Amino acid sequence: MTKLLEAPERPIRTGGPVGPRPRAGLARSIRNLLTSPKYGPVTVTAVLFVAIFIIGGVRYRGFFSGQVFLNLLVDNSYLIVLAVGMTFVILTGGIDLSVGAVVALSGMIAASLLQTGWSPAAVIPLILVLTSVLGLLVGLMIHVFKVQPFIATLAAMFLARGLCYVISQNSISITDPTFVQLAVARIPLGGNLSITPSVIIALVVVAIAVWVLQATRFGRTVYAIGGGEQSGLLMGLPVARTKVLVYVISGFCSGLAGVLFTFYTLSGYPLTAIGTELDAIAAVVIGGTLLTGGYGFVLGSVLGVLVLGVIQTIITFEGTLSSWWTKIFIGALLLVFIILQKVLTARRR
Amino acid sequence: MTHHPDPAPVIEMRGISITFPGVKALDGVDFRMFPGEVHSLMGENGAGKSTLIKALTGVYGIDAGTITLAGEQVSFSGPAQAQASGISTVYQEVNLLPNLSVAENIMLGREPRRFGSIDWRAMRRRSAELLAGLNLDLDPASLLGDHSLAVQQLVAIARAIDVQAKVLILDEPTSSLDADEVAELFRVIRSLKEQGVAILFVSHFLDQVYEICDRLTVLRNGKLVGEYLVEELLRIDLVQKMIGKELTALDDLEQRARSVVVDESDAALFVNAAKLGRRGAIHPADLPIAAGEVVGLAGLLGSGRTEFARLLGGIDRADTGELSIGGKPTKLRTPRQAISHRIAFSSENRRDEGVVGDLTVRDNVVLALQADRGWFRPIPKKRQDDLAQSYIQALNIRPGNPDALVRNLSGGNQQKVLLARWLAIAPRLLILDEPTRGIDIGAKAEIQKLVFNLAENGMSVLFISAELEEVLRLSHRIVVLRDRHVVADLENDRLTVDSLLALIADGSGDDDPDGTDAADAAGTPDGEPVAALAAPEASASDSTTTHSTGGSR
Repeated sequence: MTKLLEAPERPIRTGGPVGPRPRAGLARSIRNLLTSPKYGPVTVTAVLFVAIFIIGGVRYRGFFSGQVFLNLLVDNSYLIVLAVGMTFVILTGGIDLSVGAVVALSGMIAASLLQTGWSPAAVIPLILVLTSVLGLLVGLMIHVFKVQPFIATLAAMFLARGLCYVISQNSISITDPTFVQLAVARIPLGGNLSITPSVIIALVVVAIAVWVLQATRFGRTVYAIGGGEQSGLLMGLPVARTKVLVYVISGFCSGLAGVLFTFYTLSGYPLTAIGTELDAIAAVVIGGTLLTGGYGFVLGSVLGVLVLGVIQTIITFEGTLSSWWTKIFIGALLLVFIILQKVLTARRR
Repeated sequence: MTHHPDPAPVIEMRGISITFPGVKALDGVDFRMFPGEVHSLMGENGAGKSTLIKALTGVYGIDAGTITLAGEQVSFSGPAQAQASGISTVYQEVNLLPNLSVAENIMLGREPRRFGSIDWRAMRRRSAELLAGLNLDLDPASLLGDHSLAVQQLVAIARAIDVQAKVLILDEPTSSLDADEVAELFRVIRSLKEQGVAILFVSHFLDQVYEICDRLTVLRNGKLVGEYLVEELLRIDLVQKMIGKELTALDDLEQRARSVVVDESDAALFVNAAKLGRRGAIHPADLPIAAGEVVGLAGLLGSGRTEFARLLGGIDRADTGELSIGGKPTKLRTPRQAISHRIAFSSENRRDEGVVGDLTVRDNVVLALQADRGWFRPIPKKRQDDLAQSYIQALNIRPGNPDALVRNLSGGNQQKVLLARWLAIAPRLLILDEPTRGIDIGAKAEIQKLVFNLAENGMSVLFISAELEEVLRLSHRIVVLRDRHVVADLENDRLTVDSLLALIADGSGDDDPDGTDAADAAGTPDGEPVAALAAPEASASDSTTTHSTGGSR
């Protein structure tokens, strides 16, 4: 280590960070929080989620209950897992359009293999390996041949969707007792509250992802690539390996989400989960991850999924609206969020 | 400052040669650095400075020569390896990550870990120590992007010295810093020097080199000119060594330019810039250009010569001052507007801002004309062929095939294609930024003759070149820039390379922006051409030459 200088007589102020300082007023702190590209968008999402939940609670009888909240997790556990994988990809500045099709493919593989008598203990690991390998191929395509992530994952999307039809044109229902057991199982939480095993799995995935992104070199390299790939290279970071690996993670998460989805539907169907990749992307963006990469949190993406879920729930409670209104609200919300991100981060300088 | 704490050089490069296809980028260059010294590498564009740095940091392999680090011969396969051996580089553009914390930017890739997790506490502590060592009061947990460029630069240095740097290379670290920030950086450099780090400081600002450096090495055209102690080398000698004197086969043009009488009446004034300037690029300055006049811009790289030309070409917007074209006040916001006023800007960056390599010679030649006509009125194929053919002949473009792809042409021929493109729109003012750089001597002579002939036919030319002989040979008037100020505007009748060098080199008036203003103020405000002026500070402080008498009009 370079020998340090003796203590300076007079430290030099360097303008200091723009971030909150103890003496700054509350308004200023809030402003700094909101305009921070790191914390601003996710803070807005958190506030929004609470606001929608309160609005729902005021408007509809029975909305303001623990089980309504837990059902958000139950109904969206597969989407949470997808959004976690998507967060890794978007943090590097990439995108993965294949995840919806991979969910469908996982369901088809599971349903067809279980039908022929395979054991779930073999089927599930096989799916996870296959989808990870697909992610690896996509990652290599992007890294080695410098294909745009949009195009590479679009190709993977068509491939996965096509393979669904190769397996079967029709819906295959699942009668395997383990899957059925997992589909109907409820884990009581005391009171009248309960969750499903899928929620546990999704939350474990979230916890691991948080740890990986915050506390491992791999995770920090993911952020570094999003902040500036060239800089990362010059700093001697393993950029190539990391870039490929995020698509492997997204592939793995898609496979796992597919398995969770079959717990939910107990069938495999080639047309299932069309457009789910866009839901995942929407959740990640609403959760505060910048599409250009570098800023965002896994927990933000979870929050994004919950926002999508709570909108859906409100529309269900409303009763008179078609569920397609969910899409319209999500679209509007997405637009507002992207503009908000631009405005807030532009204010800063 | 001048003693060597350790007589053995920490870095010794001997006989370094690097050849790129068609170019000998470095030719047998020797270079050495001692521990605890600040060393500057000087030279104009294309001198081989960055190639030498890249050879030292392992970005380029060397074709011949040896590199010795602390007495041991080394050969690096890349910057990471060089860094591991103690040679760290901080680049001009800060290559850090604005989305991560200061601490991470310092420690990324070398984070302290506990049980597989990054030990954030230890990381912040370690980076706080490093920052304190640089006398920086900075919260390691704050986002890097929230700090000024200068602070980011210092963080980059903190990162560099954390890897036990023996040699720290600072490539143009001050180009985007203001005076206070430069002072801050220099304080850090001095303290590192006391710790025995050898620092290579590359800058275009002569003042800064003279303030901070102990020793310097001058390169020119890939060859070593010499190694000097800064205090023993006069500025004028330094500039002379950087620019050099190149005897060319162009002597027939000598004096011809000067004999041409230019109609300087107001009516003939094509462009008149009054106090035109842009923050951070060029201080407000006047520049009248008459029809048929060749005005040369002389100054070192980074003096603002390109920046000034870009204002006139509509590439960058001026934020102060006025511009009148053909007597009418005009604002240029885009190159397109400039073209519609028949002002053409030919960039020094031929490859990125000039020719389109993947298009043919014909396509390149008609590009500006077609853009000017609008894309819905395509130029007939026949006319395109005629245009291309006539310019191929007129400018002697080789190969003379309109269908040849421009990227396959030599630099000189690419330059001619670029010239042809602008000549095709029949410009009234042609701005040529370094049109002869990096091209062979024959093409150079052809381009110079062309400029001369164009002016004789009434076209105004703004001519920028690092080669003073060339500027002197072609220009009717020469505007001298230094550190982003116009310091003189002289009639080219009694100027010599030496007197120009003196004007370019003398930095005594640099800190006094009023010096330029005083010179500007001497021009009449009503748009009359500024009388040839010598910057007062230049003539006052330089007794070695007899320049700056200027010409009367």
